[in-house]
Amino acid sequence: MAGAHDSDVMSTADRLVHMANQIARNLEAEGDARAVEMTADHIRQFWDPLMRQRIVQLALDRPGALSPIAAAAIERIAAA
Amino acid sequence: MGFTRETDHGTPPALVTGRNVTLTIDGEQVTLPEGTSIMRAASLSGGSIPKLCATDNVESFGSCRLCLVEVEGRAGYPASCTTPVAEGMVVRTQTERLKQLRRGVMELYISDHPLDCLTCAANGDCELQDQAGAVGLRDVRYGYDGATNMGQPKDQSNPYFDFDPSKCIVCSRCVRACDEVQGTFALTIEGMGFNSKIAASQNDSFLASDCVSCGACVQACPTASLIEKKVVETGTPDRAVVTTCAYCGVGCTFRAEMRGQELVRMVPWKDGKANRGHSCVKGRFAWGYAQHQERILSPMIRASVSEPWREVSWDEAIAHTASEFRRIQDKYGRLAVGGITSSRCTNEETFLVQKLIRQGFGNNNVDTCARVCHSPTGYGLKTTFGTSAGTQDFDSVEQADVILVIGANPTDAHPVFGSRMKQRLRPKNGKAGAKLIVIDPRRIDLVKSPHIAAEHHLPLRPGTNVALLTAMAHVVATEKLYDEAFIRTRCDWDEFQDWADFVSEASRSPEAIEPLTGVRAADLRAAARLYATGGNAAIYYGLGVTEHSQGSSTVMAIANLAMATGNIGREGVGVNPLRGQNNVQGACDMGSFPHEFSGYRHVSDAAVRETFEAAWGVTLDSEPGLRIPNMLDAATDGSFKGLFIQGEDILQSDPNTHHVAAGLAAMECVVVQDLFLNETANYAHVFLPGSTFLEKDGTFTNAERRIQMVRKVMAPLNGYGDWEVVQLVANAMGLGWNYTHPSQIMDEIAALTPTFAGVHYDRLEAEGSLQWPANDAAPDGTPTMHIDGFVRGKGKFVVTDYVPTDEKTGPRFPLLLTTGRILSHYNVGAQTRRTANTAWHPEDRLEIHPLDAENRGIKEGDWVSLKSRAGETTLRALITERVAPGVVYTTFHHPDTQANVITTDYSDWATNCPEYKVTAVQVGLSNGPSDWQEDYAEQARQSRRIMTVEAAE
Repeated sequence: MAGAHDSDVMSTADRLVHMANQIARNLEAEGDARAVEMTADHIRQFWDPLMRQRIVQLALDRPGALSPIAAAAIERIAAA
Repeated sequence: MGFTRETDHGTPPALVTGRNVTLTIDGEQVTLPEGTSIMRAASLSGGSIPKLCATDNVESFGSCRLCLVEVEGRAGYPASCTTPVAEGMVVRTQTERLKQLRRGVMELYISDHPLDCLTCAANGDCELQDQAGAVGLRDVRYGYDGATNMGQPKDQSNPYFDFDPSKCIVCSRCVRACDEVQGTFALTIEGMGFNSKIAASQNDSFLASDCVSCGACVQACPTASLIEKKVVETGTPDRAVVTTCAYCGVGCTFRAEMRGQELVRMVPWKDGKANRGHSCVKGRFAWGYAQHQERILSPMIRASVSEPWREVSWDEAIAHTASEFRRIQDKYGRLAVGGITSSRCTNEETFLVQKLIRQGFGNNNVDTCARVCHSPTGYGLKTTFGTSAGTQDFDSVEQADVILVIGANPTDAHPVFGSRMKQRLRPKNGKAGAKLIVIDPRRIDLVKSPHIAAEHHLPLRPGTNVALLTAMAHVVATEKLYDEAFIRTRCDWDEFQDWADFVSEASRSPEAIEPLTGVRAADLRAAARLYATGGNAAIYYGLGVTEHSQGSSTVMAIANLAMATGNIGREGVGVNPLRGQNNVQGACDMGSFPHEFSGYRHVSDAAVRETFEAAWGVTLDSEPGLRIPNMLDAATDGSFKGLFIQGEDILQSDPNTHHVAAGLAAMECVVVQDLFLNETANYAHVFLPGSTFLEKDGTFTNAERRIQMVRKVMAPLNGYGDWEVVQLVANAMGLGWNYTHPSQIMDEIAALTPTFAGVHYDRLEAEGSLQWPANDAAPDGTPTMHIDGFVRGKGKFVVTDYVPTDEKTGPRFPLLLTTGRILSHYNVGAQTRRTANTAWHPEDRLEIHPLDAENRGIKEGDWVSLKSRAGETTLRALITERVAPGVVYTTFHHPDTQANVITTDYSDWATNCPEYKVTAVQVGLSNGPSDWQEDYAEQARQSRRIMTVEAAE
């Protein structure tokens, strides 16, 4: 039944990108450098390891999908 | 021993002045606070002056003339209820003359009262009967031939109590309870003299009147005139056990009055510090679900959700559950399973579920329904103040001068606190009422109700909370209304200045954001000035703050305002989240979130982890686990396969029902532990019957951080308390738990959680309740937080930038839907729909403004379709100006409406708390239920089949 409905639910991948961008956008007012750091921290604190792995991969697969702050934050997570 | 009511001292305690007076009552010298009535003084010193119209829940009235006393040096016979004690006073409560006067008064009462005591429902629990005995009434000289008020028809319209005017003695206690305690003003005395009668509203039936069925009048009635139907049916109780209500986060305590194993009535406990002797229709009356025929009492399993359920033994169900979780972990990995703790269950039960997951499953995939309500409160208040909880106790409202209510509807969703708030909003004893600011898209009842009118109602457009609160901050900063001394000592001045610069930008002024919020700049400025300069200002908020894509930012914006104006750290002020569920505060405290242990300590903190590892004998995961929406995503992606759900109906309560259903359908083992086959159970493979709050011991923690006892008043119908069931599962997984009583679980919580270090059952028994933190630093608990400093050290100002939600209106979906609760029902309605509360709200309705209705040709009561990007449902329209044009509103209490088919999967940026309060929708006329509703009803029917077992020969 659920499948029969033409809802525009995001895929998990789309949602992760959306969430990362949303976090970055809400922290943007802190200034770029701090926003990058805080976004990375936030994701480390609240996302499980599989979600983090997935967003790191998505950042590579979908260049431009992440906002500059989100992309920089994910780079930090990937590097750690 | 027999049953007795709580002692009634006749009049309320005197206002505290700190001064005492000494007087003599019947030869005994007593010292009491000034302002105490003679009646109360006599009662407190062990006496009892006859009385009828006096009761200590309401102010004295002085009408019955039964409580007369003699005071040396004073002429006449003053009423002891209205006469305050005085220094050196000499009072006599029993003299020949008084006896004669009282008998005469009593004779008049009884001459117009039926003498059917033996068959009367109040027999043995009637003050009129008791007082007739106390004054020695032996004869009624007036006969029964004159005019009488007897033989009038009863009003039995209310599902929970009857009104028999023939038994009314017009003491007006019911009227005063309705006015003073509940604040609804539904009852009046009609007519004069001998013809005076109690009337509900304009002579309506009780059910049709403004009465909210809180039962305060029934409790106040000294006769059988207003009496619980259950007492009429059953008889009087023979014992009473004090326990805590299992509905909302107010945490009212009640005396569960029992006869044997049968609950006769719930009477609010006067010593309860949350409710102070008051209740609402749910807590007092709506407990019939506990014995409802649809309650499932046997465990059941099935291999697939297309099969009917098969009843099995507890042993089989538990063994099956344990082996399924182990099988799934062996096949899909350690992280493929998780669980959800329940805010409906006790602290002890919640603690055990998260322990089962962390210790037994070996991961942190545990979450709780706070995810979908107050997770932003946890995040926001922890970030700004350092503690994930409200700052005050409920009594604090009595000291407030300005009350700001944002995104909360206390008179419906937290009714008992709503009444306490209304008591403060009305002038009393010469003190002006507090001023009220309401920020809400709807004109909630508080905005204008009898003897209360909000100073300001800011009807903002849903989704613009942060813009509005930042504009209030703009006024505070630019007009220099902030409390510099407070900020300099308690916060970081530089941080404040950064924040002040941010909010002071012209683009954030009330004028600049007016087009966005729809709130007139002048009103917003006036409200901000009142909040900042009106004396003690307290903020109360609810899910209209948290359930947004900027829920966490809104909480922080609220905290910023409170800090900037110095409204933190004393009575009468503060930031007060009104928590939804009875134990949602407790569930959060107990480590139900995937990133933290009990007491809000992150799982990555090695020192904290080591204490748990030492206690539990396992290595614990240092990585955060999945939150509920993440679990559902992982399930649809195929990496998450098993879920243990205690007492939560995520299919009905979580957003975007289609997505939840798809996630559940993709799992191999869904275990539901609940009272009923709820909507989520349609997708479950194991059903473990749950127990009600009446059937187990434990504790709940309310919105004030108050830990209160829940006491077992009857044996669990299903055989086990929920904590016992979880222990069985844990032991089947080899965890070797051996709790024999919930008190031992609390001892473990105390040992592992610094803020709970002083919380033990013996202390709770002795104190009645404790507000955490309760430990060596605060042995008696903490009614007000952040008194000398913030828990985090310096209070933190956080810049809250307004980011519009991605959920936008447009030509396809031009209206904004927001959702909420109604007084008579509770959340998904699993309990209240199974009580007579359906008399008030048999279905969810769509509130729509007359303009929007007219544009669509919709008339009152028409079936309308409600469509969003996520789904479609139908329900009947209710045309009202409570909602602004462009906004529609509905409740989500009924599964056949499924309001969450409509809500989207947008969520709070910091916590993933769903954006329930903003959904772009279209509304149009409809012929009846949508395809989804029909499919769903059929699917639900199919999945609820239980295989009938042939009786053995």
